[in-house]
Amino acid sequence: MVEGGERRARSPITSALTSRLSLAGVGESRDEAELAALKAGDEAAFSALIKRHHGPMLRLAMAYVRDPAAAEDVVQETWLTCLRNLDRFEGRSTLKTWIFGIAMNLARSRRRKEARVLPFASLFRRDDSDRAGATVDGSRFGADGMWATRPDSWRSLPEERVLSSETLQRVKRAIEALPVKQREVITLRDVAGFDAGEVCAFLSISPENQRVRLHRARAAVRKMLEGYLR
Amino acid sequence: MTCREVVELMTDYLEGALSAEYRAKFEDHIAGCDGCRAYLSQLRTTRMVVGKLADEPIPANIEAELMKAFQDWSLAGQV
Repeated sequence: MVEGGERRARSPITSALTSRLSLAGVGESRDEAELAALKAGDEAAFSALIKRHHGPMLRLAMAYVRDPAAAEDVVQETWLTCLRNLDRFEGRSTLKTWIFGIAMNLARSRRRKEARVLPFASLFRRDDSDRAGATVDGSRFGADGMWATRPDSWRSLPEERVLSSETLQRVKRAIEALPVKQREVITLRDVAGFDAGEVCAFLSISPENQRVRLHRARAAVRKMLEGYLR
Repeated sequence: MTCREVVELMTDYLEGALSAEYRAKFEDHIAGCDGCRAYLSQLRTTRMVVGKLADEPIPANIEAELMKAFQDWSLAGQV
């Protein structure tokens, strides 16, 4: 065992159990406290909520809507919709899942409206996100399938370089350049922090497709970073 | 397993989706392969850097508009 204690590499049964436990325990009581505070008009609670979810929600909106101003509109409209419908929230999902479901619906409908004015070709751009093909350039390997040009270790790079605002801008652009099927998965998983099961439910896709899309998306961002951080 | 095969199994590995047999083969390979260990580490770093996009702060004007909407909602019950 090389990489000990990998948090995400639990058996599916254990992780399903854990997420159900957290849903029924910590998550739910936090949601209940937060809901009660919102309904009581607690401004600090609402401020904390919108601050906590702003970044992930904006990135999610940008996964569907190209124009940053339109994506900000989606974020604002999401919060207004949440407030209008808060009384109808029944706690069958977490509050976060409910909020992001609203954001996704609004972003997707905005995308459909934008699509009406986009050129025909861009609507039918081929998206082979579900095909499990090679994500690493074949020239990196020798005839025996072993590395010919090994990846560098990034461990010696200073953190301020890896996490510089320039790096983050490039990562944003790399994600925006992905086909939408990969963009939505990497954003929901790695930016918004939803687990695999939640993402499958959001997007109505199989666990296999979720993993293939995530793999291709992360591999593409890694490839960009490899070129940039060299 | 070859490096070319191992790199395509890395997300399945991180997701805990490999069968016991494949997981054992994967870990055997990784234990003896600096290149694949570096690649796996790069993928983890990639995941971490992508996660930093969540930290984007809310612009002051949007925050102010939303707080105003919240006040209206809690006072008048509508926005």
